[in-house]
Amino acid sequence: MNKIKSPDDLRRRKKEIIAGMDDKEKIRIKVHMGTSGQASGAKTIYEFLKLELEKRNIDARVISTGDMGYSFAEPTIEVKLPGEQPVVFGSVDRIKADEIIEKYIKNGDLVNGILPVNYQVIR
Amino acid sequence: MARKFQIQVCGGTSCNNNQSEIIIDHLNLELEANALENDINVVRTGCFGLCSLGPVVKITPGDIIYTHVTTDDIKEIVAEHIMKGRKVERLLYKDPVTKETKSADEEIAPLRKQMRIVLRNCGVIDPENIDDAIAHDSYEALAKVLAGMKPADVIDIIKKSGLRGRGGGGFPTGLKWEIAYNNKAEEKYVVCNADEGDPGAFMDRSVLEGDPHAVLEAMAICGYSIEAAKGLVYIRAEYPLAIARLKTAITQAREYGLLGKNIMGSGFDFDIDIRYGAGAFVCGEETALIHSMEGMRGEPTVKPPFPAESGFRGKPTNVNNVETFACISPIILKGAEWFAGIGTEKSKGTKVFALAGKINNVGLIEVPMGTTLRDVIFEIGGGIREGKRFKAAQTGGPSGGCLTESHLDTPIDFDNLLAAGSMMGSGGLIVMDENDCMVAVAKFFLDFTVEESCGKCAPCRIGNKRLHELLEHITKGNGTPADLDRLKNMSLVIKDTSLCGLGQSSPNPVLSTLENFREEYEAHVITKKCPAGQCKDLMEYFIIKDNCVGCTACARVCPVGAISGDRKEPHEINPGICIKCGACIEKCKFDAIIIQ
Repeated sequence: MNKIKSPDDLRRRKKEIIAGMDDKEKIRIKVHMGTSGQASGAKTIYEFLKLELEKRNIDARVISTGDMGYSFAEPTIEVKLPGEQPVVFGSVDRIKADEIIEKYIKNGDLVNGILPVNYQVIR
Repeated sequence: MARKFQIQVCGGTSCNNNQSEIIIDHLNLELEANALENDINVVRTGCFGLCSLGPVVKITPGDIIYTHVTTDDIKEIVAEHIMKGRKVERLLYKDPVTKETKSADEEIAPLRKQMRIVLRNCGVIDPENIDDAIAHDSYEALAKVLAGMKPADVIDIIKKSGLRGRGGGGFPTGLKWEIAYNNKAEEKYVVCNADEGDPGAFMDRSVLEGDPHAVLEAMAICGYSIEAAKGLVYIRAEYPLAIARLKTAITQAREYGLLGKNIMGSGFDFDIDIRYGAGAFVCGEETALIHSMEGMRGEPTVKPPFPAESGFRGKPTNVNNVETFACISPIILKGAEWFAGIGTEKSKGTKVFALAGKINNVGLIEVPMGTTLRDVIFEIGGGIREGKRFKAAQTGGPSGGCLTESHLDTPIDFDNLLAAGSMMGSGGLIVMDENDCMVAVAKFFLDFTVEESCGKCAPCRIGNKRLHELLEHITKGNGTPADLDRLKNMSLVIKDTSLCGLGQSSPNPVLSTLENFREEYEAHVITKKCPAGQCKDLMEYFIIKDNCVGCTACARVCPVGAISGDRKEPHEINPGICIKCGACIEKCKFDAIIIQ
């Protein structure tokens, strides 16, 4: 990878990265895999989602991130459908993950266990 | 085809008390009555963070939020919004001043009590992918600094922002940087203190696991400001995941030329290495931390000299906590005034708290300084588990003190906590309910400090041990009223004479529980009772004769043969033999055994 040579170079690189993300058209799933998440089984959910989405022919990008702080409801996952706001689901086990795939990811039907955005983010 | 409506009903504790379950039932019935049950989806969610407006109902698409919804409103919501697609104006949020109605979720966001600055990217970016971090503004602040700011300009911004160290002491960060900057030397160091040792606190770990680039970037900015070329992260080996992600982040940043020689063509060199700690609490103290990094014993030394004068390898060193570093980039990008506009007069910005103990929503929260304890515990934290009564909250871990019901409405910031006899510490907040014995709580924290005392100075090494013995004595039922005065005197002496922050603050839990819950201590030493029913040695097991059917189950399970009685006759416990193990209570099917 070429080194970033100047502050402007960084900004150019940032634009390229954002433009290169094919996310807008793709289903994007984040599995929160910090220590709290992993201790509650986030790894199993991550693997389950990858495997099952492929099996069910759903084109989605699954990535692992840190925890959001919802220790009481780990494992948590965030699902972003194209054109929709991201939705976070808590206490996801394999049964819940299956329900999320079948109902929310396939049909857009919400299921119980949503953790609404209860904060404002400032960047 | 237009997407059908979906209805989300807040099932947070606060809204639940306000009947969200009944609202869900009514919604489902009303939808059925209109034959819409197959087209409209009603789900229960976690807390929306709008507790004062509850019960809250959100309808998508459109993200419309209805507030203070009652069962009487359901018919109208279904008839108007669901069937005709018209908003029910009277249920929308109205700004109390401007009388403007706000309907969409995003317009209402500023009403929320949580504000994420430190945790801005946690759970948002892939911490092992630097591109994802750059797409979310990482290294933008470093670019801004390198593009033309002088070290003094950066320090000035940090000073004006009012940022204070998040590791516990609350020392102004800008001032710390300035002192390090003014101490001229060939070699200087920037150290990130990731030795998070407070029981119950884990925000530093979460930041490093979720957004390691935020810390690396801020360390580079700090290095530029104090003219240091080398950064070190001191992290405990108990955090393997944080270490792995930090390592990946450092490697990727080097590949991109964001660490190393001539960063972004500016001529500024800065690189970061990791140093591992063995997880000693005292190594969170900066001088002990530096000794540990030098390969020596993790023991503190007398300040001055402060690390800013003579720190790592005798060179000027600036030590900041992970959370402090995580605040830096937003301050550079959005300006000092913006940051100074959040929080209270002397404590600016936000603070991450780790909620633990008898609270429903255990986890991390981030709130502006000055949020009240009541909001933190009862709104954001979802209240006390199993609907029990709140008794106290310990802030500042083993160095802090407890806050009681009378402190619930105190705005939390550095100075108010000190005034209340506690301290901010790193932000661990352990909640206790009516069943927790405060003497036992003080003993628990003393247990921890006795274990963690490095042993260098006598007051801490011996004093804390004696203090612990006294508490042990009291919880065993051997205390006398005079012991309470001894506890207090000894605590004050330890505080006054200890070498470092560990000993100077370790008696705080004793002093603060003694101050706030003296009657509980008195019960232990005078009537020899533990009001919370926690201290095993102060309790006795009794069999209620009327409830006992003489099944002999308890007598058979008793490991010491303390229970006697004939078959089908009420049994009895011999208190002289009973070891209070509780086996009989578990076995009894007739609720005949009680503890008093």
